[in-house]
Amino acid sequence: MDQMAEPRMAHPLVPRVAHVRRRWRDGPDVWTLEIEDGAGSGFMPGQFNMLTVFGVGEVPISLSGDPADGNRIRHTVRAVGPVTRALARLRPGDPLGLRGPFGTGWPTDALDGRDVVIVAGGLGLAPLRPAILQLLARRDRIGRLTLVYGARSPDQILFARQQDRWGRRSDIEVAVTVDHATSPWRGYVGVVTTLIPRAVSDPANTVALVCGPEIMMRFAAAALTDAGLPETAIHLSMERNMKCAVGLCGHCQFGADFLCRDGPVFRLDRIARRLALREI
Amino acid sequence: MEPEDRVIVAIAGLNALIGALDRDGYRVLGPTVRDGVIACGDISGVDELPAGWSDEQDGGRYRLTRSGAETIFGFTSGAQAWKRFLHPPRQRLWRATRDGDRVRVHAEPAPDERFAFIGVRACDLHAIAIQDRVLTEGAYPDPFYTARRKELFIVAVNCARAGGTCFCTSMGTGPAATSGFDIALTELPGEGGSSFVAQAGSPRGAALLRDVADRPATAEECAAAEAIVARTAASMGRAMPDHDLRALLLDNPDHPRWDDVADRCLTCGNCTMVCPTCFCTTTEDSADLSGTESTRTQRWESCFTMDFSYIHGGSVRASSRARYRQWMTHKLATWIDQFGTSGCVGCGRCITWCPVGIDITEEVAAIAQG
Amino acid sequence: MEDLQRIIRAHPFFAGLSDAFSELIGGCARNVVFAEGDHLFRQGEEADALYLLRSGQVALEITAPGRGTMTFLTLGPGDVVGVSWLVPPYRWSYDARVVEPTRAIAMDAHCLRRKCEDDPALGYELMKRFVPVLSQRLQAARLQMLDVYGPDG
Ligand SMILES: Cc1cc2nc3c(=O)[nH]c(=O)nc-3n(C[C@H](O)[C@H](O)[C@H](O)COP(=O)(O)OP(=O)(O)OC[C@H]3O[C@@H](n4cnc5c(N)ncnc54)[C@H](O)[C@@H]3O)c2cc1C
Ligand code: SF4
Ligand code: SF4
Repeated sequence: MDQMAEPRMAHPLVPRVAHVRRRWRDGPDVWTLEIEDGAGSGFMPGQFNMLTVFGVGEVPISLSGDPADGNRIRHTVRAVGPVTRALARLRPGDPLGLRGPFGTGWPTDALDGRDVVIVAGGLGLAPLRPAILQLLARRDRIGRLTLVYGARSPDQILFARQQDRWGRRSDIEVAVTVDHATSPWRGYVGVVTTLIPRAVSDPANTVALVCGPEIMMRFAAAALTDAGLPETAIHLSMERNMKCAVGLCGHCQFGADFLCRDGPVFRLDRIARRLALREI
Repeated sequence: MEPEDRVIVAIAGLNALIGALDRDGYRVLGPTVRDGVIACGDISGVDELPAGWSDEQDGGRYRLTRSGAETIFGFTSGAQAWKRFLHPPRQRLWRATRDGDRVRVHAEPAPDERFAFIGVRACDLHAIAIQDRVLTEGAYPDPFYTARRKELFIVAVNCARAGGTCFCTSMGTGPAATSGFDIALTELPGEGGSSFVAQAGSPRGAALLRDVADRPATAEECAAAEAIVARTAASMGRAMPDHDLRALLLDNPDHPRWDDVADRCLTCGNCTMVCPTCFCTTTEDSADLSGTESTRTQRWESCFTMDFSYIHGGSVRASSRARYRQWMTHKLATWIDQFGTSGCVGCGRCITWCPVGIDITEEVAAIAQG
Repeated sequence: MEDLQRIIRAHPFFAGLSDAFSELIGGCARNVVFAEGDHLFRQGEEADALYLLRSGQVALEITAPGRGTMTFLTLGPGDVVGVSWLVPPYRWSYDARVVEPTRAIAMDAHCLRRKCEDDPALGYELMKRFVPVLSQRLQAARLQMLDVYGPDG
């Protein structure tokens, strides 16, 4: 491909071409694509790529695979509109455009010796999955590890089989709750925030990584601070409209921050005030 | 010649300067009268400049008038800022061609156009410097802007009159051009037509001036030029309130004035289109009918549209209150955090071209009142 | 009796309760055990008790004709089940079904209400403990109603 010969920074707005290797369903309207990204150079958990379906458009999608997997990357997409629907329709061998990775990641390198609480809602587990995989790969370096996950209903649970496997391990505690359930569900029902107090045993030594719908994150942040975590120990991944991903198009501004560059992962103390404002 | 040395350039000299730039391969652009407004376009000589024209501007009002004098630069800012050339309304980014499953992406080549701008005012010099920071000084410079900017030649003009909506003095951005130009001119009206006190701001400018200047300027001529600019500064009718604007706006996200301005604002986005520093863009993808070729084009976008902040399910800034607040708070407050400078240069365009005459200085004053 | 009072005070809901008060309400309490599938109570029945869960898990459910049974909250150790005993007409508005074998302290509602009437200070103490629970439940119900995960979550 001709553009690959050029240095990657030269044309930040031009995608490289990659191909879908495999694709599978991960929930209602949710598909995971495994992509062979020859020019990929690794990523930090929490980062995202800009994915182009040629002739349709481009959208930001988090990396959801194992950061140790090299050039074989994964993206988990919920088909909600034109571009995400086109992404979900791609078949093995199909080309797509790729720019990235962009953005700040989860502070997984700064968690040695700390307890880690991961709070995810809905599709918000996708950008946290690489962090969980990385932490499990170096499990001995951190303290207690808990995943608290909330979804709308049992059939909407993302990566359900993997969560079951995690749930059977002794080195990660998994607590899943749904907003509503009908009979066969034997797990928790209620909002995800209700599970937070039980996940925190040593608040002064706990770090929380939170991703989900903004309202859920607001309440999760409140529950975590109520449980005794300082704002500096809580990290959230935000979402805004995004076009260029390199701080040029202006769309993703969140106060003075450009989400694509200064985020999407922010420490709560930096954004707490804005999080409380409407329509910011 | 020392850069601060002033020389006198006659009208013929200015004409020669335009010719020399043209011969050097520049696309020379300057103000011209078009459709009842001053607009920037291609020029090949002084006689295409708007001699004898002036303008009346106020909130929501613009009228071109005869000045009664033969001065060439007697008008003030028009609707168009120079950004339309450096950061054009539409810019193709790439083209992809498909042959079976094989797709190739062809990056749009960096433009090789060399622009020479004639008649850039102090506010717009500052605006260009601001867009330089935004578009070239981050981790990922805009390759198109960067290429055009690198080759740009600027002939600045000091303002001899304050426009009806100008407030550059209070923003510290004018009316005198102090840096960021190759040549700066002050027009001295005279019996036999204007002449210009000229000053070089770069070696390129100095070299060209050497060829087109008549003679060194006298002390009287230099003083006359300074007096003109001082008079402009003193006669400016509007001012941005003298406040720590950043703190003021960041501390007042819920001020009732936002509701008040929201009642008037039509969210038409005119203010963002005419503003010389607004830089936001969106992209459009299109495919040819056979599906073998697709194109991505970048185009100007305004934070006043609903699409701007759309995320699936709805817009983050759905109310006009939130959108006006975003624009003004970005311009005057968060811009400082992002780029170390205000995003407003006091050119007054957003006031003139707002269909309902919303005045950014008045809005700030109202918030500052408490 | 002594033992029950100890258990009551060990429950998070009554943490820090004074000796006098725990003695007062201890008389209303009894130990209960439920098997999986049992109901603590059902919709429409008289709300005659308040339950302090010590272990197990209880699902609060609403059954609507044609829509089947929907679970809207599960509660576990440390939680309280039942608020309808506090407000007339003292009827349960949902079912409380045992999902996992559950041990709890049941407090007789008539007894509690009577003691609160007799001793407003006790009534106030109970209210201070109940209002936060009510407000948390209300908050949670709002979040659920918002359907935050929506199609776009
Ligand atoms: C940092 C980041 C990470 C994301 N990670 C994922 C992920 O892992 N999986 C996933 O399914 N989705 C993710 N999203 C959301 C995803 O980008 C949107 O669902 C997508 O842009 C919708 O585009 P569409 O054309 O399919 O739908 P439409 O809703 O019709 O979108 C129209 C346009 O609006 C913009 N837009 C709409 N929704 C969003 C949104 N939520 N965020 C940003 N721009 C939006 C896009 O520019 C899009 O082109 C992420 C968003 C961000 C900002
Ligand atoms: S905000 Fe208004 S006055 Fe300021 S630079 Fe932009 S258009 Fe000019
Ligand atoms: S302030 Fe004026 S120009 Fe700007 S969007 Fe509102 S109505 Fe349009």
